[in-house]
Amino acid sequence: MSEKVHIETNINGSQVEFLCEPRQSLLEVLRDVLDMTGTKEGCNDGNCGACTVIVDDRIIDSCLMLAVESQGKKITTIEGVAYTDRLHPLQQAFLENAALQCGICTPGFIVAAKSLLDREPDADEGRIRQWLAGNLCRCTGYDKIVRAVLAAKETMKNE
Amino acid sequence: MDHIGGAALRNFKYFSPTTLGEAIRLMADQGISTKILAGGTDILVQLRSDRFQVDRLIDVKNIPEMNELSYSTTDGLLLGAAVPCYKIYEHNDVREMYSGVVDAAFIIGGIQIQGRATIGGNLCNASPSADAIPSLVVLSAICLIEGPNGRRELAVEEFCTGPGKNALAPGEILVALRFPPTVASSGAHYLRFIPRNEMDIAVAGVGAWVSLDEKTHRVKQARIALSAVGPTPIFAKEASEILSGLDPNEESFELAAQAAQKAASPIDDMRGTVRQRVHLVGVLTKRALRKAVNRAKES
Ligand SMILES: Cc1cc2nc3c(=O)[nH]c(=O)nc-3n(C[C@H](O)[C@H](O)[C@H](O)COP(=O)(O)OP(=O)(O)OC[C@H]3O[C@@H](n4cnc5c(N)ncnc54)[C@H](O)[C@@H]3O)c2cc1C
Ligand code: FES
Ligand code: FES
Repeated sequence: MSEKVHIETNINGSQVEFLCEPRQSLLEVLRDVLDMTGTKEGCNDGNCGACTVIVDDRIIDSCLMLAVESQGKKITTIEGVAYTDRLHPLQQAFLENAALQCGICTPGFIVAAKSLLDREPDADEGRIRQWLAGNLCRCTGYDKIVRAVLAAKETMKNE
Repeated sequence: MDHIGGAALRNFKYFSPTTLGEAIRLMADQGISTKILAGGTDILVQLRSDRFQVDRLIDVKNIPEMNELSYSTTDGLLLGAAVPCYKIYEHNDVREMYSGVVDAAFIIGGIQIQGRATIGGNLCNASPSADAIPSLVVLSAICLIEGPNGRRELAVEEFCTGPGKNALAPGEILVALRFPPTVASSGAHYLRFIPRNEMDIAVAGVGAWVSLDEKTHRVKQARIALSAVGPTPIFAKEASEILSGLDPNEESFELAAQAAQKAASPIDDMRGTVRQRVHLVGVLTKRALRKAVNRAKES
């Protein structure tokens, strides 16, 4: 048995401390230790993007990052996306455009799309599709997801 | 948690040294299976699939020499082995002068993978289909290696020794890659064939680099390298040399393409057949050369 390691990190703006084993992925710790189950597990091998979180301003697959690597980092998960009084425009647009069916892929898509639009507010459809290539959806056929991101882009520009 | 995909990892000890010396000392401990963790996009998947186990993982992302990314006209480009792909394609000098490396950094995985995956890890993992290695070969990159017995340098084309095998001795670490300064009128390109637009493993890939004579506009020198068509990425020596002194036109590209096809020794597998792969090497060599020549003319 490896000893547990004490980690301090910042998640969605709050300082968080936890104990974990070195073998635990950030995804496992988010879900099983911190009870933040918004981040989903699809494949557990980096292919589907359901586990996408933002670490120090970059999206990564949390199934392919060890929780011990998050020491001193700044992490944003789906739980940190909504505004205090209402949904984030991306969340609203996913609802209005019926961009989800089973919903397993949705947190990953929203976190990934948020990171794109925060960085490139004018991203066009081609860029959106390319940016989201690391997120898989087996229900929607992607088109509604892309429409939702395009709609959210317009809302965000007018905010 | 019940895992839908790969299982949970078995336990190991995690170290995150902040100096190279400390990392090398940790690597040198006898009787303990130790591996480097860079971006983790190969090794965590492999550990989870139970292909092998480790006692220790040494995270090298907090070692300054391994995060180096700098260009100078005298020394060329120094690319630390722990630099993730996105930093490469967001670096202005690299984007302008080493477009072959940028092509590779931009197609490894999706944006999430590029947030973590390193070129150093792509090289050390030594997959026959590794997308970065042909670019490293054609740009004449040198591996800067450090281990218990000191430092050494090795040309990238000598680094991969078999599928998943590299020339590092036990305890050695790839610290960085050094690329010579770019010369005038030169350009490179890497491209691969995959059945999808993104996120797939190459059926075949070709990297090319050319430098043109500024007066005659003929090819001064060329380098061509192939991926996914042999047990290691291949430096296609004859295909490279055949181009010297020729006009960079379709006829010359055809000659190089045929020589590159001879250098390939692919296998049949679920991604493609020998026949398809040999055909692809021809097509991709010509495409890579066309773009490399265009880039050389624009440079
Ligand atoms: C979804 C997905 C898509 C992918 N798509 C592609 C693709 O399109 N093209 C492609 O080529 N690859 C692809 N890969 C594979 C992988 O992302 C790349 O090979 C990547 O470049 C590996 O880098 P890393 O930093 O993550 O390596 P790691 O996993 O950290 O390390 C890889 C191996 O090299 C060793 N190592 C790493 N750094 C050093 C060092 N400095 N010194 C000594 N040993 C070292 C490690 O011990 C390990 O054995 C994909 C992977 C996933 C999960
Ligand atoms: S669960 Fe992490 S990429 Fe699929
Ligand atoms: S909505 Fe089911 S996977 Fe995307």
